[in-house]
Amino acid sequence: MRSFQQRLPEFEARGIRVVGISVEPPATNQRQSQKLGYTFPLLSDPNAKVIRRYDVLHPGAGPKSADIARPAEFLLDSNGVVRWVNLTENIAVRARPEQVLGAFNELQSVGQ
Amino acid sequence: MKRRWNWPIWVGFAVVVAGLFSYGFFVRFPTTRDFPWANLLLFGIGAALLIVGLFRAFGRPQVYRGKVFGSIFTAIAVLVVAFFSYGIFYVVRQVPASSGAPRVGQKAPDFILLDQNGKPVGLGDLLSGSRGVALIFYRGFW
Repeated sequence: MRSFQQRLPEFEARGIRVVGISVEPPATNQRQSQKLGYTFPLLSDPNAKVIRRYDVLHPGAGPKSADIARPAEFLLDSNGVVRWVNLTENIAVRARPEQVLGAFNELQSVGQ
Repeated sequence: MKRRWNWPIWVGFAVVVAGLFSYGFFVRFPTTRDFPWANLLLFGIGAALLIVGLFRAFGRPQVYRGKVFGSIFTAIAVLVVAFFSYGIFYVVRQVPASSGAPRVGQKAPDFILLDQNGKPVGLGDLLSGSRGVALIFYRGFW
C-alpha cells in the first residue's frame, strides 16, 4: 500500500478513490496511517463480515490464528461494478498501482 | 604451527544470516518482494564463501582451521536457506481460492465500515462523485 500512497496523485487525477480494507481496528489503522503517511482511508472490518462477503477471507492466517483478509484488489467503476480484479496466488505478490491505473486507462479508452 | 583463520567460513555464514534477516527490509519494495532475488543472491554469495572455506579446511587442514566449526556453520546455513525457501516458496502460496469473489461485470457488494478516524464510510460514499474505486484488501499491520 506504500506504493499506492506514492502514486496516489495519479489516482486522484483520474477521479479514482483508493481505500484499504482489513480486520485491523480503527485505532491501529489510525496509528499506522499516521506513521506511514497514508492519506487514503483504511476501513476496519474487525469481524471480517465484508471480507467474507467478498470471499477474500484467509482463515487462521493472522496472528494467533485469527481470520484475516487475503491480499486482493478490485477496481470498481462509478456504478460500483467490478471492472478489474486481482486475486493473487502468492501473498507476497500484490497488485502494483500501475496495474490498477493501467486497467483504468484501458477501460477509459474502450469507452467502458 | 598456528593454523590460519579461515575467514570465508565466518563471512559466508554471516552473509547467509544477513540474507535471512534482510527480508524484513527487502519486503518493503515490490521489486525485491515479488521474487526475493536479493535474499537469494546473498544466500548464493554466502554459500560460495562457505564452500571455499570448507575446501580450505578439508583440503589443507594443516594450514587452515575450520573442519569442525565450518561443518557446523554450513549445516546451520543449509537450515536457514531451507527455512527461508519453505516460507517464501510454499507458505506464501497457501492462499484460499476465493472462487466466490465478485467477478468482472458483477456489482460489488455494498458495505459500511469505520475508517481510521472511527467515521462510517459506505461504498456509496466512495462511489459518489468518483470515476472509480480501488478496493485494496490487505492482511494487516503485523
